[in-house]
Amino acid sequence: MILAKSRNRVSASTPPKAAGDKRYKILETQMKRFQYRQDALIEVLHRAQELFGFLDHDLMRHIAHHLRLPPSRVFGVATFYHFFNLKPKGAHSCVICMGTACYVKGADKVVAALEKEYGIKAGETTEDGKFSLATARCIGACGIAPAVVYDGVVTARQTPESALEIVKGWLRHGS
Amino acid sequence: MVLEELVQIKEQELASRKKFTLRCCLAAGCVSSNAQAVKDALDRAVKEAGLEKEVEVRGVGCMRLCCEGPLVAVDPAEVLFEKVAPADCDALVATLKGVPSQLKRGDLTAPFFKHQLSIVLENCGLVDPDRIESYIAADGYLALRNVLREMTPQEVVQLVTRSGLRGRGGAGYPTGLKWATVAKTTSSRKFVICNADEGDPGAFMDRSVLESDPHRVIEGMIIAAYAVGADQGFIYVRAEYPLAIQRLQTAIRQAKQYGLLGSGVFESPFNFNIEIRIGAGAFVCGEETALMASIEGRRGQPRPRPPFPAESGLWGHPTLINNVETFANIPPIALKGAEWFAGIGTERSKGTKVFALAGKITNTGLIEVPMGTPLRTIVEEMGGGAPEGGQIKAVQTGGPSGGCIPASQLDTPVDYESLAKLGSIMGSGGMIVMDQTTNMVDVARFFMEFCMDESCGKCVPCRAGTVQMHHLLRKVMDRKATSRDLAKLEELCDMVKNTSLCGLGQTAPNPVLSTLRYFRNEYLELLQPAPKQPAAVAPATGIF
Repeated sequence: MILAKSRNRVSASTPPKAAGDKRYKILETQMKRFQYRQDALIEVLHRAQELFGFLDHDLMRHIAHHLRLPPSRVFGVATFYHFFNLKPKGAHSCVICMGTACYVKGADKVVAALEKEYGIKAGETTEDGKFSLATARCIGACGIAPAVVYDGVVTARQTPESALEIVKGWLRHGS
Repeated sequence: MVLEELVQIKEQELASRKKFTLRCCLAAGCVSSNAQAVKDALDRAVKEAGLEKEVEVRGVGCMRLCCEGPLVAVDPAEVLFEKVAPADCDALVATLKGVPSQLKRGDLTAPFFKHQLSIVLENCGLVDPDRIESYIAADGYLALRNVLREMTPQEVVQLVTRSGLRGRGGAGYPTGLKWATVAKTTSSRKFVICNADEGDPGAFMDRSVLESDPHRVIEGMIIAAYAVGADQGFIYVRAEYPLAIQRLQTAIRQAKQYGLLGSGVFESPFNFNIEIRIGAGAFVCGEETALMASIEGRRGQPRPRPPFPAESGLWGHPTLINNVETFANIPPIALKGAEWFAGIGTERSKGTKVFALAGKITNTGLIEVPMGTPLRTIVEEMGGGAPEGGQIKAVQTGGPSGGCIPASQLDTPVDYESLAKLGSIMGSGGMIVMDQTTNMVDVARFFMEFCMDESCGKCVPCRAGTVQMHHLLRKVMDRKATSRDLAKLEELCDMVKNTSLCGLGQTAPNPVLSTLRYFRNEYLELLQPAPKQPAAVAPATGIF
């Protein structure tokens, strides 16, 4: 009974933008492929993040509605896993591996240098939305430590200097 | 698919082999060092030299020595070229005609290669992970065929039990016993799960196996499913391993096309399907009950055991969960027999173990050695010791659940019991070497920070205890702690270890306890003299 009530509330607040945006259509096809199974929630969230870049509240409500789940459950799962972003990411992203091998080889110094230069902490984005800095638990590239992922490309044996140079290069071109 | 077809594919594949094979590593480590460009350049160079009829360029998986990547091996000359750049490829192809070159060659007789015994990794670096035919040519799926046609499920369970194989995920639970428990249940639905959520920082064995030889893991899973009577399998793999996911997807598709997955495997009445589930960056999901919650689409929080997954797992059905490396051990056991496998290793730890060697060591990469190999052989001979004249101080095994083994204990053989005796664990196989510049208190703090961030928050000892222990370790690092804080830290370690719900909390204090045991001096050096009047206990900063 309680569940049915919450379902109604969700459907009433389903965002109107769902109609026009093509990405919602793609997402719905995906959910249909999983036959709107509730256990496919994490797969659906993965796909949604691929499409939208991050998960905002309207999007999560939309998913909750289609999978017939309470929004709290969707929000609970999205916030539990580190992989899901609830805020938009910057135009460029730099993920520094902080696995043990990278850490003993000085990955912390790379993080510190970037944090100092751009005045943001790991996990944050600069105010102009151009650059996001993040750390990863271990990307499994321990043989080439310290490893840094620049816009999805894993790069071997980084130093504070090489990291600063790449990030400065991005911001100089302004794209 | 029947035996004749399998043999036919193998023969066709072997007949199409050319005079020379250039094997180019395309596993994640080398790809990060530009190996894809090297492979493309090799293709082009072979074409330009007009050697297409004589030379095959094959993209393969991990060739072990990751620090020297990109690696290119030449068959049948048995030469390994290291740090190959795209510009070197013309010269490399010219060596096939006998033109000498200045390219950097690896020494395949070096201890790093010589001491390895490959069972799990026997195809890694040899077969093309994107082509099932390449795997079949290396006797792939032959074990599955033999099992389905010639053995009953009970006999398969007995075979695994006799082999003495123990779980390679870390705890070392006897695999045969686990299989027997699931096989004995009478449920109408059963599941098999492959735990590929390799979360330990500093470990990349499972990633390498999945990227280099995905069919081996799939074959192991199908055999397991037949033995326990399951019809559905899941591979739970980390989202951080996109290449492994992609190769697994390809492998599953190919296996389906050949009738090795789906209904009527090998034209027997046995049906089995595998789905991939992608993790979302939660370390605790490596714990089996949390992993199952995640597959069910929920928050990855563990639950108390019993009931064990073998009795009540996914959606309440009996479920067999094994690690990637455990499954990869199954096909060779089925092919060569339990006695062969039991003849390798020590009395209680059979077979081999794959380790990811990293940190302050000359040769970083992947190694597979028989159980019982002394740590010294691994880090000093195979790893080549610390680089730049450094001194090895400690070896960390088992990730955040393990401990630091001091250099004085390097003669310990690696097996489950010996490592446990030293206060560490075998773990999944990450082995990080530390030299004299590494501060052991900081290492303990690093792992505690990890556990604190990764604690799922379900039980209080782990959720609050890790925060408090991290706070105390910071205090030691900042030179603000006294001997009372150290006593408090030890007390907390004991409490968290004994009262936490799952493995994450129960093992979180291990790095602290092992560094306190072997490197207590480093803690004492950072302590402040205790105040004469016992001051009021500082308010806790943690969140309950």
